[in-house]
Amino acid sequence: MTFGRGLRPLSIASALLVCGAFAMVFFYAPNDADQGFVQKIFYVHVPLAIVALCGFVAGGIYGILHLRSGERSHDLRSYVAIHISLIFAVGALVTGSIWARASWGHWWVWDEPTLVSFLIVFLLYACYQPLRFSIEDPERQARYASVFAIVAGAFVPLNFMAVRLAESLAHPRVLSTTGGAMPGDMRLTFLVSIAGMACLFVTLWKYELAAKSASIQLRSLRRRLAGDEGLAPLQRSAAPQQL
Amino acid sequence: MPALPLDDAGPYVAAAYLVFLALILIYVAIMATKLGRVEKDISELAEIVERREREREAVPEEERV
Repeated sequence: MTFGRGLRPLSIASALLVCGAFAMVFFYAPNDADQGFVQKIFYVHVPLAIVALCGFVAGGIYGILHLRSGERSHDLRSYVAIHISLIFAVGALVTGSIWARASWGHWWVWDEPTLVSFLIVFLLYACYQPLRFSIEDPERQARYASVFAIVAGAFVPLNFMAVRLAESLAHPRVLSTTGGAMPGDMRLTFLVSIAGMACLFVTLWKYELAAKSASIQLRSLRRRLAGDEGLAPLQRSAAPQQL
Repeated sequence: MPALPLDDAGPYVAAAYLVFLALILIYVAIMATKLGRVEKDISELAEIVERREREREAVPEEERV
């Protein structure tokens, strides 16, 4: 199985999109009338959060595909999607915290539903790796992880809707039904930033899939070739060990 | 709260974008370490194959038949 196909054009596209988005942020998009220059954090914070949440949902979809087909490659896809989403979520939390400090004067606001709900989703997914690590049998590990990915993946849009219904105290609503009242040049910059972040996510996802798949295949080949040379048994790992 | 002046807002904006850059760089560095491990595994495999070939060549032709 080759996961690395199309990785080069994808890498070039994400480099161009991310650099283009950042150039637009600083040289094209105007400063926000209310928040001023600090609002520029919006173009990295919101795309990181949106792409991370979409990645969590994608992990759940691959979990469904794994349970339906029994194909181990879907478990690997789900695992890697959740892993990269966690990294993006860390980015969203830290950049959001910096923005909160600059515009609200606090690093964190506990009574703000958007912040706390995102933290809950993050902490929920932070349990994914320990859960996988705690199960030794690779078959059971993959099945339980898929069930977790599906349940948690279904929780993400539910959580998003609940936050939309809740009254916001300080956090702005970007994706509102009225379009968020963003001027055209800001909206274009935001859309390019989201496209760049999504492209970067897919590139990293494919990159890690290719790397994981190569090391799994290599390990299996090594065991087949050196079967009689006393190799140590497979070590327990949170990552899938078979394809 | 009123908008922060550029001098005050600059470090916050720079910090946010640096966090993003740092995350990507750390990720790439970790992946590079793993790539090094894969490279080591490949050289071990090549060694095993070479050793087997040498052993096969050392066995006389009649014994192999």
